[in-house]
Amino acid sequence: MTKPTLATVWLDGCSGCHMSFIDMDERLLEIAERADIVYSPLVDTKVYPDHVDLCLVEGAVSSEDDLRKIKLIRERTGTLISFGDCAITANVPGMRNPIGVQPLLERAYLENVTLNPGAPTEVVPALLPMALPVHRVVKVDVFLPGCPPSADLIHQSLVDLLEGRTPDTRGARFGR
Amino acid sequence: MSESAPSAPPAPPKRPRRAADGLRPLEGPARASAYVCEAVSCLSAQSHDILLKLGEQVSGAGLKDVEVKRVGCLLLCASGPLVQIPGTGQLFSNVRPDDLDAIVEALADVTPGEQRAPEAPFFSRQRRIATENSGRIDPESLDDYVEKGGFEALRSVLTSMTPAQVREEITRSGLRGRGGAGYPTGLKWNTVAKAVGSPKYVICNADEGDPGAFMDRSVLESDPYRVIEGMAIAAYAVGASEGYVYCRAEYPLAVSRLRKAIHSAGRAGYLGLHILDSKLGFEVDVRLGAGAFVCGEETALIASVQGGRGTPTTRPPYPAVAGLWDQPTLINNVETFANIAPIIRKGGAWFAGIGTSTSKGTKVFALAGRVVNTGLIEVQMGTTLREIVFDIGGGIVDGRAFKAVQTGGPSGGCIPAEFLDMGVDYESLVGVGSFMGSGGMIVMDETSCMVDVARYFMDFCREESCGKCAPCRVGTTQLWILLDRISHGGATLDDLAQMERLGAMVQRTSLCGLGQGAPNPIFSTLRYFRDEYLAHIVDRVCPAGVCAIEPAPVPV
Amino acid sequence: MTTVHTFRINGSDVAGTDGQSILAVATENGIDIPTMCHLDGLSDTGSCRLCVVEVAGSSKLTPACTTLVSEGMDVSTTSEQLCGYRRTIIEMLFLERNHICAVCVANNHCDLQNLAEELKLDHFELPVIAPKVGIDASHALFAIDHNRCIMCVRCVRVCDEVEGAHTWDVMGSGIGVRVVTDMGTPWGESTSCTSCGKCVQVCPTGALFEKGRSIGEGSKERRPFLPYLKNQAQEPELT
Repeated sequence: MTKPTLATVWLDGCSGCHMSFIDMDERLLEIAERADIVYSPLVDTKVYPDHVDLCLVEGAVSSEDDLRKIKLIRERTGTLISFGDCAITANVPGMRNPIGVQPLLERAYLENVTLNPGAPTEVVPALLPMALPVHRVVKVDVFLPGCPPSADLIHQSLVDLLEGRTPDTRGARFGR
Repeated sequence: MSESAPSAPPAPPKRPRRAADGLRPLEGPARASAYVCEAVSCLSAQSHDILLKLGEQVSGAGLKDVEVKRVGCLLLCASGPLVQIPGTGQLFSNVRPDDLDAIVEALADVTPGEQRAPEAPFFSRQRRIATENSGRIDPESLDDYVEKGGFEALRSVLTSMTPAQVREEITRSGLRGRGGAGYPTGLKWNTVAKAVGSPKYVICNADEGDPGAFMDRSVLESDPYRVIEGMAIAAYAVGASEGYVYCRAEYPLAVSRLRKAIHSAGRAGYLGLHILDSKLGFEVDVRLGAGAFVCGEETALIASVQGGRGTPTTRPPYPAVAGLWDQPTLINNVETFANIAPIIRKGGAWFAGIGTSTSKGTKVFALAGRVVNTGLIEVQMGTTLREIVFDIGGGIVDGRAFKAVQTGGPSGGCIPAEFLDMGVDYESLVGVGSFMGSGGMIVMDETSCMVDVARYFMDFCREESCGKCAPCRVGTTQLWILLDRISHGGATLDDLAQMERLGAMVQRTSLCGLGQGAPNPIFSTLRYFRDEYLAHIVDRVCPAGVCAIEPAPVPV
Repeated sequence: MTTVHTFRINGSDVAGTDGQSILAVATENGIDIPTMCHLDGLSDTGSCRLCVVEVAGSSKLTPACTTLVSEGMDVSTTSEQLCGYRRTIIEMLFLERNHICAVCVANNHCDLQNLAEELKLDHFELPVIAPKVGIDASHALFAIDHNRCIMCVRCVRVCDEVEGAHTWDVMGSGIGVRVVTDMGTPWGESTSCTSCGKCVQVCPTGALFEKGRSIGEGSKERRPFLPYLKNQAQEPELT
């Protein structure tokens, strides 16, 4: 019997949730035994596989690229997990929402810059009008709040999911 | 009966009628009269110029026995400025100051002594109690009011009735609060009368805020003495010594007429210490609202009268027990007080004989929207919507199809065509998911989009929410966002389900009537026009062509 | 003389004196009702609506903090529906302004955050409002970040009822409602503020905070503050 597949994705976030994921330490080996980690910033795969059983999504949906990615991921994923506050509430990336894209870019790339001022227009994807929680864009199955979620919570939730249970997220909270 | 009372002051001497300001008084009795409406909607269409010009032309034509008189609302507000010749029942609408010859001509032909009401169904189908003097007396003339039987009721109450008898008469009449909820007036008066505490207060709620509603304004502008008389009778009945009229500052004419009326009523002994030489002492003062809709809610109104921020507080305690300055306080609406004098004059049984089994008397409505005749109407309770819209209102503009009538303001609902033959009273309106409210009645035709209507009212509520309690403060804004999303074609069926859940939560958990009633327009439009919501969401079209559907849904 | 009323909360018989609120009696009996705007020792406004309970015989929900006990009433403080409503209220409080727990001085010492955890609120479904709101850091010692204010008006009440300064009050309407100092002048220019810091102490979130503290220092960690508030609440006989 093949092992279930696991992916982790990094959208608009600080990667802190992934750090917390790594904080599972030796329990990572246990997870690796139970599931194949097929796609992640931590492994060297360029293309999201056609079918993934579990996917942890870190970060808000902030750019057109994020939007395209998350739609594709949703199509190809069994259980999608909003991983950490940015994915759930937009959190720190969402702090730009009251400001608006244009004033934001002007502030960052014109007003506060002395060398070559000018907002980037090429290569980088365009920002969406608002940084959005993942579940505003696609259906999300499980929410793991925390900034970041603790390694214990991540571990317990993954074990629960791998064993076919609804994860017990008691004690999970926004922020610390 | 009261006229013979030895303590009554002598009636004011009869003198030639003083015409409105700026006109020369007549020397003898008038053979014919021209009534020029000087309520605010006609005034804003230059009716005062018409009054002056008409006076000049009448003198110019040598009609020395013709009186030109300022009166209150002549009801057909949208067709103003209005001039009426009561001798013939002729009503001139959309009168222009440079085109008064027809009126002068008509005045020349009036036979003295005759009085005719206009024959159009707009007038003949109405039954006028609260507005009986509206358009018939000069609102700034105490003499005029007294001549039409004004203050007779107060006199008879003070000379021949005990407070308990007055309350009993009001209870017998079956009068219910005209501010919206329809709480039995007699019961309220009894509660305040029994409440322990002194002094007690009487407050007249003239903070009329429903969009499209102007019944209270019209009553105050056309017949302010009637409200004062009602309040004084109430003060006697419940043992109050001070009264306030809480009126919104957006009604400057109503406020100035009310202040003048309070002043002259006080000088004539109808207010103040020892009213009509009785033991009753009652002072009335005006308090201005700063335009907050929520101040129509009684606890918020009291907070505002006390000089605080107009935010509601949890009831109980009810104002009847602990209201203004924590004293027992009677709060009634303008129209409720306007009904008191006629009930006392003609008896509670007479009033109870009008209307339906649960709702007695008449109700004043501000008829607006897509009807031919828009204006103020007073109809017997139980009059069908069909009569109101098609007979009195003259049907839909341009012969389009009737769609719904909205009653009850922002807490009300939309009633579809299937209920046109329903008689209007408190219970029937609640039964179809609407609400009597203070009397706004907006008629809609096929060019009205019900999603847009709900969105409009939610926009109103979210702006008027005082911000005190979380469900109303946040919920009304979120409901508005959802409605806005639907109207722009950006919503999903999940959004619709969420809106219904959120609406129910706001209804159940909000602190005061504003939040509790705010989701009603959504629920009533969903009840009868769900297909329109679905058209916006699923097919992304607005059937009435009102909403601007955006080309592609944007994720939010 | 005090009258004692016996009644029921969640099926158990309890007793309260005349003038006590349902909330007070429930707390005495170890029955937990979530609250936010309530603080022992301050007057109750019934504005957050978290403590709404069901009273048998009434179709309306009633706030436990402002409803006085009466003989024979039958109160239930919890039901699936009530929990749902409470969760929605917390959700609304999060969404009406801009709460970013991760970068808040009150992180881990915040009543809003705690209640979200207690009520198992792990994400938000309702529309986001994300208004543009400001910070007033003009006071020498304290600052207010309106992004984190939930309009519990504890600051307004403690300033008026305990400190007696009435520096704080409320301005605006609807979602635009704000707490303000001295009728809307900057806090630093306030002539009535005594800089006592009570408002900062009673603030349940990170809206009011001391300047010059980092997030890591947890400047909102609860000290045994304002003990007189508690005492006042426990000794109603004194008044």
